[in-house]
Amino acid sequence: MKLITVAGPPSSGKTSVVLKLIECMNMPEGSIGVVKFDCLTSFDNISYEAAGVPVQMGFSGKICPDHYFVSNVEDAVQWGMRSGFEMLITESAGLCNRCSPYIKGILSICVIDNLSGVNTPRKIGPMLKYADIVVVTKGDIVSQAEREVFAFNIKQVNTAAKILFVNGITGQGTFMLAKYLQQALEVRTLRDMKLRFTTPSSVCSYCTGETTIGEAYQMGMMKKMEFKEI
Amino acid sequence: MTTPDFMKTINSQTMAAVIQQYPIAMDFLANYRLNDILKDRPLPKALDQVEDEILEEFGLERDDIVQNFCMFLETFSQTETSLDSVWSITINGGVNKLKEPENISLTISAGEIISIVGPTGSGKSRLLNDIECLAQGDTPTQRQIMVNGAEIDDLQRFEMDGKLVAQLSQNMNFVMDLTAREFLEMHAKSRLTANVDEVVEKCFQCANELAGEKFSEDTKVTQLSGGQSRALMIADTAYMSESPIVLIDEIENAGIDRRQAVLLLAKKEKIILVSTHDPLLALSADKRIVIKNGGIYKIIVTSEAEKRNLAAIEKFDSTLLMLRNSLRTGELITEELLEL
Ligand SMILES: Nc1ncnc2c1ncn2[C@@H]1O[C@H](COP(=O)(O)OP(=O)(O)OP(=O)(O)O)[C@@H](O)[C@H]1O
Ligand SMILES: Nc1nc2c(ncn2[C@@H]2O[C@H](COP(=O)(O)OP(=O)(O)O)[C@@H](O)[C@H]2O)c(=O)[nH]1
Ligand SMILES: [Mg+2]
Ligand SMILES: [Mg+2]
Ligand SMILES: [Zn+2]
Ligand SMILES: [Zn+2]
Repeated sequence: MKLITVAGPPSSGKTSVVLKLIECMNMPEGSIGVVKFDCLTSFDNISYEAAGVPVQMGFSGKICPDHYFVSNVEDAVQWGMRSGFEMLITESAGLCNRCSPYIKGILSICVIDNLSGVNTPRKIGPMLKYADIVVVTKGDIVSQAEREVFAFNIKQVNTAAKILFVNGITGQGTFMLAKYLQQALEVRTLRDMKLRFTTPSSVCSYCTGETTIGEAYQMGMMKKMEFKEI
Repeated sequence: MTTPDFMKTINSQTMAAVIQQYPIAMDFLANYRLNDILKDRPLPKALDQVEDEILEEFGLERDDIVQNFCMFLETFSQTETSLDSVWSITINGGVNKLKEPENISLTISAGEIISIVGPTGSGKSRLLNDIECLAQGDTPTQRQIMVNGAEIDDLQRFEMDGKLVAQLSQNMNFVMDLTAREFLEMHAKSRLTANVDEVVEKCFQCANELAGEKFSEDTKVTQLSGGQSRALMIADTAYMSESPIVLIDEIENAGIDRRQAVLLLAKKEKIILVSTHDPLLALSADKRIVIKNGGIYKIIVTSEAEKRNLAAIEKFDSTLLMLRNSLRTGELITEELLEL
C-alpha cells in the first residue's frame, strides 16, 4: 500500500486537493482510503463519504495533534492494510507551527494557500521545511506576481521541495501531483521508521490540565519571554 | 559556482562581505531569527556566539545551518533557466467528448496571439489545462503538447512544471498590503532582477498607459480599481514574469485597453492564449481556435477583412464604455448618445 501524508494549516485546501487528486487518479472506488487527524472536530468525513472515499477520523483533544498523529499512524496503516487499500492518505491539520507529521521515506505533502500572506511560508516552520511537495492552493484568486513571490518565499525555506499550484475547486494542477504520487513508497508497516523532525517536548503543567495562571502553577518544561525595560 | 565554491566563500569571507555580494543572504538569516549575528566574521564563527536554544528550536546543528546556507545561496544565484528558450508549442489533436479524433496539429510561436472561443462548457479551460500540464496523450482529451517541436518526457515535465505558464483571469485580485511600487519591487527581488529600479519604473509606466484612469506608485495595490489592477498585472507579467506562455481567461470589460495589453505581451515574445467571448480580443489574435463538444473544431486565421472590422468594433466598444460612464454619473441614456 502506498502511504502519503498531507498536512497544512486549517482551511488551506487539504480536503479539496485530496478529493480532486483521488478523482484525477481514476482508481476503482474504495481502493484509496483517508485518515483524518484533527484537533477538536471536523466535517471532512462528510466530504469524503460523499465522494465514496472510505474515511476514518481521529481527534487529538487536549494532546498536541502531531504527538497524537505519531502515536496512531501505525494503527492507521494497519487499518489501511486490513481494508485492502492500494493507497492511504493521511490528512492532518497543522495547528502548531513547530510540528510536522512527516516520516522519513514517506511522501510528504504540505498544503498552503496563497491568501495567507506572502511571508507566511517563512513562518510556517518544519511543516513546510520538511515536505517533499508543497501544494499551493487558491492561486485563482491572486495575481501571477503574488504566486511567484509566494513560490520564491517557499523556496527560501525549503530549497529542495517541488512546488505545485493546484486549484482545489476545479482540480487544475492535480494531474502533475498525481504523477508524483506514483513515486510514493509501498509500506506494510511503519514500525522502526523515523519522524523527520522531533515533536516539541511539551510536558508542562498546562499540557496536563492546569488552568491557573501564576509562577506557582508552572512546572516542567517552560520557556519564559524576556522583556526589556524601556 | 559550485557547492564547494560556495562553501569556501562562506568559510573564508565575513558575513558582511557575503551579504554585500548576495543581499538575499539577509533573508536567510531572518528565516532563522539570526538577523543580529556578528557580521564581521565568517558564518561558522558567528554561529559560535548564538545560543544553542535558538538552533534547537529549528532542529538544526551549527553545521546544518552552514550547509543550508550554502544550498540557499546556490539556489538563489541561478538566474538563467532553460525556459528562456521556449520559442514554440505544438498542440497535437486528441479526441473530443464523443471520442471523435480532432485531426489537427497547431504550432504557436513566441509573439503569436491565439484566441479560444466556444460555448460555455465546451472545453476551453480544458485546452488551457492541457497546455499547462504539457499533456502527453495522458489526459482525458488525449492531446499532446510539444515544446520547440519536440516531445517531452516526464523529467522535463516535472522540471518545467509551474514555471512554464503565467495566468491571468477576471477574479484575480491583489491580497498584499503594499503600494504599487513596493509590490513591483518585491516581485523584482524574487526574480533576482539586477536593475530593479529600471524594470519597476518601466512596468509602472506601462501599467498606467493600459489603465483607463491613472494611479500613483504610492497607491496601495488593494485599493486599485478593477481596471487598474488588471493593467498592473498585465504590465507585471510582461516585464517580470519568467513564464514564456501566458494564458488569459476572460478579461473583458476590465476597464483597460485590452488590445494594447495583449499586443504588449506579444511584443515581449510570449506565447499568448486568450479564452474569450469578446470580439475585440478575439479579432486581435492572429488565429482563433473554435471549440465544440470538447474538441478543436476549427482554426480560423484572422483575415485582413476581419481585421478591418476591428475599427468598427472598437467604436461599439467605446460607445458602450461611454454609456456605462453616463449611467454611473446619473445621466439619461438618450438616442443621441447611441448615435455617436
Ligand atoms: N475532449 C474532452 N474529453 C473529455 N472531457 C472533456 C473534453 N473536453 C472538455 N472536457 C470536460 O468538459 C468539461 C467542461 O469543459 P471546460 O471547463 O473546459 O469548459 P469551458 O469552455 O472552459 O466552459 P466556460 O466557458 O463555462 O468556462 C470539463 O469537465 C472538461 O474536463
Ligand atoms: N478559490 C479557491 N478556493 C479553494 C481552493 N482550494 C480550496 N478552496 C476552498 O477553501 C475552503 C477550505 O478548503 P478545505 O479543503 O476544507 O481545507 P482543509 O481544512 O485544509 O481541508 C473550502 O471552502 C474550499 O472550497 C482553491 O484553489 N481556490
Ligand atoms: Mg480538511
Ligand atoms: Mg472555462
Ligand atoms: Zn505541536
Ligand atoms: Zn504544555
